[in-house]
Amino acid sequence: MIDFEPTQEQKEAINIAHEFAEELFRPVSRYYDEHEHESPGELIDKTWGERNKGTLALGLDVTACLRIEELCWGDAGLFLCIPGPGLGGAAIFASGTKEQLSRFLGHFNEGDPKWGAMAMTEPGCGSDTSAITATATRDGAEWVLNGEKIFVTWGKRAAENPGGLVVVWATVDKSAGRAGMKSFVVPAGTQGMRMEKLEKKLGIRASDTATIILDNCRIPFENILGSPEVKKVDKGQTKGFKGAMATFDATRPVVAAMAIGVGRAALDFVKETLEKEGIKIRYGVPRQKLTTLERDIMEMEANYKAAKLLTLRALWMMSQFQPNNLEASMAKAKAGLAVTKITQKAVEIMGPLGYSRKYLLEKWMRDAKINDIFEGTGQINMLIVARRILDYSRDQLK
Amino acid sequence: MISFSPTEEQQMIVSMAKQFASNEIRKIYRECDENGTIPEGVIDTAWKMGLTSGSIPEAYGGPGGDRSAITGSLIAEELAWGDLSITMHVLCPALFAYPILEMGTETQRKKYLPLFCGEKYKAATAALIEPRFGFDPCSLSTAARLDGNEYVLNGEKCYVPLAAEADSLLVYAAENGTSEAFVVEKGTRGLEVGEREKNMGIKALATYEITLKDCRIPRENRLGGEKGYDFSRIMNCSRVALSTMAVGVAKAAMEYSRDYARERVAFGQPVASRQAVAFMLAEMAIEIDATRLMAWEAAWRLDRKEEATKEAVLAKEYADDMVLMVTDRAVQILGGHGYVREHPVELWLRNARGFVTFDGMAIV
Repeated sequence: MIDFEPTQEQKEAINIAHEFAEELFRPVSRYYDEHEHESPGELIDKTWGERNKGTLALGLDVTACLRIEELCWGDAGLFLCIPGPGLGGAAIFASGTKEQLSRFLGHFNEGDPKWGAMAMTEPGCGSDTSAITATATRDGAEWVLNGEKIFVTWGKRAAENPGGLVVVWATVDKSAGRAGMKSFVVPAGTQGMRMEKLEKKLGIRASDTATIILDNCRIPFENILGSPEVKKVDKGQTKGFKGAMATFDATRPVVAAMAIGVGRAALDFVKETLEKEGIKIRYGVPRQKLTTLERDIMEMEANYKAAKLLTLRALWMMSQFQPNNLEASMAKAKAGLAVTKITQKAVEIMGPLGYSRKYLLEKWMRDAKINDIFEGTGQINMLIVARRILDYSRDQLK
Repeated sequence: MISFSPTEEQQMIVSMAKQFASNEIRKIYRECDENGTIPEGVIDTAWKMGLTSGSIPEAYGGPGGDRSAITGSLIAEELAWGDLSITMHVLCPALFAYPILEMGTETQRKKYLPLFCGEKYKAATAALIEPRFGFDPCSLSTAARLDGNEYVLNGEKCYVPLAAEADSLLVYAAENGTSEAFVVEKGTRGLEVGEREKNMGIKALATYEITLKDCRIPRENRLGGEKGYDFSRIMNCSRVALSTMAVGVAKAAMEYSRDYARERVAFGQPVASRQAVAFMLAEMAIEIDATRLMAWEAAWRLDRKEEATKEAVLAKEYADDMVLMVTDRAVQILGGHGYVREHPVELWLRNARGFVTFDGMAIV
């Protein structure tokens, strides 16, 4: 039955997350935006505790994404500081064995805060992940990793804090193209892995975006996710890459959920201000009678709704174990662009209040933009949607 | 619990509507558009599917199915994928029957609902839109004045589908500044049905201007009687209906231009293999899905008898823009071929432009 009503449990999850967003995130939002590489210790400890109690459980399901929207309504940068297995965990879930799941994630929630990260992007390749140059060479019972990874979200925390892990993408056979691409779990503190630098960014400044160097970094053979075999496949097929792609189908709706949280923050701020000013949005009045402001607000609200519903659908499909590659990319493409536009429009509408750092709106505009970039840019997601609806391979539609 | 899966029963109705749209409507729609008529056979076939009468309770002669805006939306999308004119014609009696069913007095229900439970298509309609700049459903020029035991209606309406053949019309008019609805039967003195209108699109659907000149009707013909009715709910049911129909039209245009782009070769490659074209198609697909979900959400609220104005308005506004964007691009993807009437995309563009105007011309 088509239904848009969250369960009682989900409603409670939303309320609790919203309280945290308001009381724990918002008050320190500006501070950590302006003190870029400072760590929000209190927030980290608190969210780690709540997460492990379950009150702030985060994962790849509908309930978690409803929480994520609320937390990112609070602050998307701070949301990305919350400890947990993160994208590294998602990759292990997508293609790890039972044994690996228990070895890497079985005790993850215990003890001190820990982070997981995924290292894919390199200086010479972003969306074109098949051009990865980092290498993994087998040496007896070990893999030796070499290469440079950039834009690793949670990179510093995952690589340096004990118990953390970084899932590194590297090729075991350059001549095999995509089929040679494999992912490896590198535990925090492994010799040969080091955090080189932290990026200074437009937004989500509280989040650590790191460069990670792998210099003869040795890990056990069993740390490879998926099969070590290189299956030579016909050009156009992407079997060796399935793991990464399956991960994206799961994580893209999560990023979309983050995006809509930021978009709603901006939208709420504008609407509250208008309310204080006594300006009412008249729904149902013919278009030619509406003010430009009313039309703008309605367009923003409609785009927010469109993004949110596409996101919920992609998540719901995942919960039903339905393939959601198309829908995940639809949600991500729509949400990333929608909130970029919503927040930019909000700054315009609010005029001097929008541009001033006295309020958080300008920050949300800067934060929003990342959602149209990470986990696949808007363009990459459009490309995926196009390939799916045209039934084209990556060689037929480049 | 959040879910995007129609019930089994809904899936059955949808597949029936889909079949009808592709096997019957798609065979004749171009001809219908060219000569402005719809064969009776098709209308009767649709009627026998019980699309309008299905939710009329047994007490009034119907089969007593659930009345659901979501189910209505699912059907409307499939039919409109076939053709918008034929869909609006087939569903036109609901413009009269549904408000009576939901909001009519017992007398009104007993009198009118059984008329829609027969074997043959029963034309009935509603008159809302007025032929003037700045038309606003909440501020109607057509006026209703109580005079003893009668209402006197005065004013002009346009885009009244099937006004000439309809036996009963629901005329919306302002009574003391509020939009009320009145049943006016065919042949009532003062009700004049004008010439058939000539429109840019929906050319197979017969629409008319009507004039009400001191048109007197019994006092009890006011919809809902003394108690009145819920105008905003009717408008929202209309917004949802039109939004999903827009999704159907857009889907037709997206599919056609997608298939064309896969076949049409330029510079040695199908044009679909170029990002300039492929990205247009991707955006079309995304916005179609987004609009459908927004319409569903509004329909879901209507089914729960909740306030749905905001959701319905946002869905409809979004749908109005979406369907124009999608059909325009479909024409663009076909290039010169899109402009000629051998291909259907120009028809869909003409139909799509009308959605902003059509409020009140369809209902779920």
